[in-house]
Amino acid sequence: MAIAKLFIANRGEIAVRIIHAAQKLGITTIQAYSEADADMMAVRMADASVCIGPAPAKDSYLNIEKVVAAAKDAEADAVHPGYGFLAESPDFARAVVDAGMIFVGPSADTIERMGDKVSARQAAQAAGVPVVPGSKDRIESVDDAARIAAEVGYPVMVKAAAGGGGRGIRIANTEEELRTLAPQAQAEATAAFGDGGLYVERSIQSPRHIEVQIVGDGSRAVHFFERECSLQRRRQKVWEEAGAECLDDATRDHLCQTAVALAEAVNYCGAGTLEYLYDDKTKEFFFIEMNTRIQVEHPVTEMITGYDLVQEMLLVCGGAPLSMSQSDIKKTGHAIEVRLNAEDPFMQFLPFPGTVERLQIPEGAGIRFDHFMYEGYQIPPFYDSLIGKLIVHGTDRADAIAKIAAALNDLEIGGLKTTAPLHQALAADAEVASGNFHTQWLEPWLAAGNLTPENL
Amino acid sequence: MAQVLSPLPGTFYEKPSPEAEPFKTAGDQVAVGDVVGLIEVMKTFIEVKSEIAGTFTRYEAADACPVSAGQILAQVES
Repeated sequence: MAIAKLFIANRGEIAVRIIHAAQKLGITTIQAYSEADADMMAVRMADASVCIGPAPAKDSYLNIEKVVAAAKDAEADAVHPGYGFLAESPDFARAVVDAGMIFVGPSADTIERMGDKVSARQAAQAAGVPVVPGSKDRIESVDDAARIAAEVGYPVMVKAAAGGGGRGIRIANTEEELRTLAPQAQAEATAAFGDGGLYVERSIQSPRHIEVQIVGDGSRAVHFFERECSLQRRRQKVWEEAGAECLDDATRDHLCQTAVALAEAVNYCGAGTLEYLYDDKTKEFFFIEMNTRIQVEHPVTEMITGYDLVQEMLLVCGGAPLSMSQSDIKKTGHAIEVRLNAEDPFMQFLPFPGTVERLQIPEGAGIRFDHFMYEGYQIPPFYDSLIGKLIVHGTDRADAIAKIAAALNDLEIGGLKTTAPLHQALAADAEVASGNFHTQWLEPWLAAGNLTPENL
Repeated sequence: MAQVLSPLPGTFYEKPSPEAEPFKTAGDQVAVGDVVGLIEVMKTFIEVKSEIAGTFTRYEAADACPVSAGQILAQVES
């Protein structure tokens, strides 16, 4: 049954994005909003809108009962969760289905399975996806730790099996270090958790973050190539690219094919992303987790492949088989997305929720701006600071960097502090141009004073 | 009587965590720089520090409720 009436259980730019996709498919849209979001752009665009509660997300966008009841009352036949909020809640997916509606995403069971680190790792291994090599079970003795470490290769990370919160974690570069550090880790684990069991795994130093976009219809799955999102601050991606130039063709093929195998093994329906750490030196990649939803950075993949991933999600979740085969999906050029947050990059990224006084959006071939602003719009302080995503498509990576620099120059968001200056500095940086970075690169770069009002 | 104002719009909290005691109660001494509350703005928590010294009287803003920039959060007898 194709989706006819879609309830959007999200806000901000992704709600706008979903409405655009639904409208192109002729689907009627009903937008959920909190009391703080009555004037947001998605409310203005949707065919109808429903207030689901007060400003705090726990009373509105995170309240499963209220969201499901509002969707049901609006006679929606499907619910799109977007990203964040309830997008990866198996309870929400189950409640939507129990109320007789389609959840635009995989089944609650799949969300649950891939959301659990241990079962996701098992599913990945079963599908032939490499995971970070480590001990299969808990280790009780230092000799056992040394034996496993020799198998997985140094440097290794020694963790408390009962752990959490970073306590009891040690990194050993040699067996000698391991024999010194493991007893310390064991003592700390015993003190903190009353359990001296250890876990040993390979420590991936300065990895890159690589991810593969997949879409499945419940039986068949395809990939839309990879993205690189290594430029991160506080584990939040700030700048994303498609594809990842650090990969050679053989590695890329292996990465994408095993991602499809995993998606098919779990009967995946909808759009999803498999995230990996990639070690430049050894060319090894290791599965870390699967995100069972559309991601913030999906537009870079759309730019290089020409597919509308949100439309594809709506089609397959409405029961249609995938409309394309793997060989139909080609990529051209290189795409970059930068996340614009309402934050002051010169003041420790302090949030800056203000009023959009002036808005000038860059236009042209290969330029896209996904956002939810209009002049006079007051950005509410209650939610995420993401206000827009500037995306460009270039003939190659150098062209894409030149395009993002030019587009950032043409972008004007008056009345707010935004992270645009950070992206201008990154676009002008020689190491960014050479692609020589990893997930631990941006924070030291910032700490070293590479971003000041003077050097822009 | 002097007031502690909210530096930013957001959600005001009288306590460091839901289970904890409020930062200040009536009669407490307040020094310049003392934390009297938290403002949650765009998923970031920012400490609200008193710019005045004196004796804490009461909170004017309700715990875990939206406030606007410049809104009175608390009263301090200086």
